[in-house]
Amino acid sequence: MKLQEFHARQLLRASGLPVPAWSVATTPHEVGEAAVGYLAGGAERVVVKAQVLVGGRGKAGGVKLAANPEEAAAIGRAILGMEIRGIRVRRVLVAPAADIVHEYYLGAVIDRAARRILLMGSAAGGVEIEEVARTDPAAVVRVHAHPHLGLLGYQARQMAFALGLGAHLAEAVAIARGLVATMVANDADLVEVNPLAIVRERASDGTETLSLQCLDAKVTIDDSALPRHPELEAMRDLDEEDPADVEARAADLSFIKLEGTIGCMVNGAGLAMTTMDLVKRAGGAPANFLDIGGGARSDKVATAMRLILSDANVRAILVNIFGGITRGDEVARGLIEARAQQERDVPMVVRIVGTNAAEAATILEAAAFETATSLDDAAARAVAAAERAGAAA
Amino acid sequence: MSILVGRETRLVVQGITGREGEFHSRQMQAYGTRIVAGQRPGKGGQRALDGSVPIFDTVAQAVAEAGANTSVIYVPASGAPDAILEAVDAGIGAIFCITEGIPALDMLKVVPVVEAAGAKLIGPNCPGATSPGRAKVGIIPASIHREGRVGLVSRSGTLTYEVVQAMSDAGIGQSTCVGIGGDPIHGLTFSDVLALFRDDPETDAIVLIGEIGGSEEEQAAAFAAEQLQGMPMVAFIAGRTAPEGKRMGHAGAIVSGGMGTAAGKVVALEAAGVRIAASPTEIPRLLLSAGVRPQ
Repeated sequence: MKLQEFHARQLLRASGLPVPAWSVATTPHEVGEAAVGYLAGGAERVVVKAQVLVGGRGKAGGVKLAANPEEAAAIGRAILGMEIRGIRVRRVLVAPAADIVHEYYLGAVIDRAARRILLMGSAAGGVEIEEVARTDPAAVVRVHAHPHLGLLGYQARQMAFALGLGAHLAEAVAIARGLVATMVANDADLVEVNPLAIVRERASDGTETLSLQCLDAKVTIDDSALPRHPELEAMRDLDEEDPADVEARAADLSFIKLEGTIGCMVNGAGLAMTTMDLVKRAGGAPANFLDIGGGARSDKVATAMRLILSDANVRAILVNIFGGITRGDEVARGLIEARAQQERDVPMVVRIVGTNAAEAATILEAAAFETATSLDDAAARAVAAAERAGAAA
Repeated sequence: MSILVGRETRLVVQGITGREGEFHSRQMQAYGTRIVAGQRPGKGGQRALDGSVPIFDTVAQAVAEAGANTSVIYVPASGAPDAILEAVDAGIGAIFCITEGIPALDMLKVVPVVEAAGAKLIGPNCPGATSPGRAKVGIIPASIHREGRVGLVSRSGTLTYEVVQAMSDAGIGQSTCVGIGGDPIHGLTFSDVLALFRDDPETDAIVLIGEIGGSEEEQAAAFAAEQLQGMPMVAFIAGRTAPEGKRMGHAGAIVSGGMGTAAGKVVALEAAGVRIAASPTEIPRLLLSAGVRPQ
């Protein structure tokens, strides 16, 4: 689960990391008021940032600087309500604009191959780490945390020296260790600060200080760990979720909407992906990924069917069940129930094999369902049915 | 012979009194798997499976008193890491963790302990393993198998059953079928299992069922190129149509930053001489054309 930047900032700060002040605003008036405070506090400008969970906020015009409260409010008016990659902006973050001397990247991820937490750093801040890794792999510094002891002091120092942060050693070490600690404390699978910056601040008597600060924050939480983190589950942004996703999660279904016309209902993630691949191979396009899970009962099948049909693009449905724990006859009964409740008539091709497949076949035949036995045949029939439905429409 | 499970398997079921644990224990026992013990803290001294299996409070007791050498875990995600570590500490050699939904950071801590002890962990979030005609451990349906000489390793559950069924229908039997699990951090990798098949005199060919995410298929390709020349190998990779950045059901099945794509895995495996099936139904045909004989 991705967190909004302001939530991610909270988590970093709770781990003791230096994150400058911010506020969250939902109206242009609130943006202006926040700006008044920061400008009075000595900031020369404020930054207004759209709070959405998609990347590319800056390029889309969702991050802007303002020199006075009126300008800040005007920017707030422009950003609040704009759409960034299909997501409407409902909140903005307002913060004093930092006087940046140099930008760095620092991020922690789970390295699957090494089975360690990997801390990555680069002296090219503000640039996506994937981009740096592609164009200048040697510029990415990598350190693996110890699986039981976390990021050790000497490892954090290695990172700091490699990034050229020797003059800010104590701060850099604390931030590096704090990032890994944030990850562990919150069961995150990504904690990223980009940019981490050396910021110049002037006191009222004119003296200048330089310090390292986290000017952005990105955190994603391991979905498997959410049951033990109700405080993080509470940060879920339902406004940014498709209603279908919310219903799928409530029913414990794994559902991802795609762009095609053939709805897929499958048990098992690997088989669900394969079914999508075979639809594509047969010349069609899958409308979704949907795994009804092991041991699914008829009510779950009915919910799955409703989710598929909530997508107006769906012209045919392919049901592919390999009964193991899941019983074929149970799914067949669920399909009949679902069809009875169905609001629009969409052709369906059903393949049920494995446990209780014979009973399922009898039930489906009696109810006049179109059935298939082979996987390839099922995909081809579903594509043909979608094409017929498309031609008729 | 066979790998990981066989006639020598003496199984302790951790969580034998739970709904899943009991159901699958009956299936395993019916298949001929020797279940020597069940474990459930607080129920030591009782018996499970119609009185045929003693229950112990700890895995250590199951090892000392019943001679268990293999464990299978059906306990909920919150207790599963502890169950794995308990099995390791008791000296169990092969631990199958069926449980899904264990946080990745828990597994990051558990896996090094398993490795340091020299034990083998299969899973978590895996269907287990079956050596047809000998024993099955986990949840793979018994009916799909046929005895034979092709080893199969997979990251998936029902997709594995699909492929095994297609092989059996074509008369191609299996030496052992192993599901290594769909989570990002798990025990045995594809390459680990390939090494076991390489050393198994009763495995003549290998089927690998991979999917998007991570780099284990690429590592398996490198291993095959170096270590498995002369052993026919067929692979299928699921998720060619999966969009980037979305977790496709399995926590491990996600393409990120252009890494872990199906196309990249297919290229790596083909370069290593592995035959790629475009559909699971093609696998038997590719095995036959590679010289595998039906039995």
